[in-house]
Amino acid sequence: MHEMSLAGGILKVVEDAAARERFTRVERLVLEAGALAGVEVAALRFALEAMVPGTVLEGAVISIEQPPGTAWCLRCCESVPIQSRLDDCPRCGSAQLAPTGGTELRVRELTVHDD
Amino acid sequence: MCVVCGCSTHEETPVVIPAVKGHADDLHFGTGAARVSVPGLSQVRTIQLEADVLGANDRVAQANRAHFAAHRVAAFNLVSSPGSGKTSLLVKTIQRLREIQPERPVAVIEGDQQTSNDADRIRATGAPAIQVNTGKGCHLDAPMVAAAFDRLPHAEGGLLFIENVGNLVCPAMWDLGEQAKVAILSVTEGEDKPLKYPDMFAAAKLMLLNKVDLLPHLDFDVAQCIAYAQRVNPAIEVMLVSAKSGVGIDAWIEWLTA
Repeated sequence: MHEMSLAGGILKVVEDAAARERFTRVERLVLEAGALAGVEVAALRFALEAMVPGTVLEGAVISIEQPPGTAWCLRCCESVPIQSRLDDCPRCGSAQLAPTGGTELRVRELTVHDD
Repeated sequence: MCVVCGCSTHEETPVVIPAVKGHADDLHFGTGAARVSVPGLSQVRTIQLEADVLGANDRVAQANRAHFAAHRVAAFNLVSSPGSGKTSLLVKTIQRLREIQPERPVAVIEGDQQTSNDADRIRATGAPAIQVNTGKGCHLDAPMVAAAFDRLPHAEGGLLFIENVGNLVCPAMWDLGEQAKVAILSVTEGEDKPLKYPDMFAAAKLMLLNKVDLLPHLDFDVAQCIAYAQRVNPAIEVMLVSAKSGVGIDAWIEWLTA
């Protein structure tokens, strides 16, 4: 379950930001996990909840946005939206798709308290 | 609207906040969401980070890549499910390399949760190997590889094999600084593994179908398996090999040293 390692990576990003921006408490954490990022969102949430007590993230509302994937269809020669690597082209039905987006896994935004 | 508690006694008028321009040393307490500072009440503010969660790993992976390049070392990240024959294939590959390219240095980083069995098998061929035990971890990460590479002889122009933890899920996401990921799938597994674990086969440059000496005894559909792999990764290359019989090993070595 690599979501535990990812949760550790998220906590590290937030704690680095806390040291840099001098905040002590996070009210809201906004994450972005693309549809093709290889992340199970429920497992990531579970791992974060297990990890945050005693950290700046304790009590924070965690929002996880899931932008759809995009792929280049070799037959249409166009960018098309997909939800998984197994999807066919929604335009022409071809399976010859090269994913181009939706693999991002980012800490997008923090709402923080300075107390 | 009262900016302290948000109460509104009359028709709401937009609050226009002039841009704050001043000396860099100036103090301004009104830049929080509340636009005001009240002793005892905390400030709330929003920070845009846009930070990659794997950024710390990826920075170390890039340093590994530069370190490998400085020594003209070609590094390959071998990924598969447990039991696909990764270590046997490596042993066979190293033995064959000794015969056809005896001057080429080879080193191995072995990843497993526990035991040094695999590194022991590699060392028996005469090649240097470092075992990395991840404990509860399900994958190698770039700092582990950096630490292991520091313990290996840095032979110029060599091959470095990084045998990842047997797992077709997690290692797909971690860049170790390798030149390419090589996914090994044995024909005793299902031919639909590329569909079941698409992230790994999408991340791999080459798929090695191993244990092909067993094909006469199995119902494994090679063409179907390759079609599935190309479905999740149209650019994936495929080779058929057997660590047992030696079939395909020379072609695989040619691919590695091209």
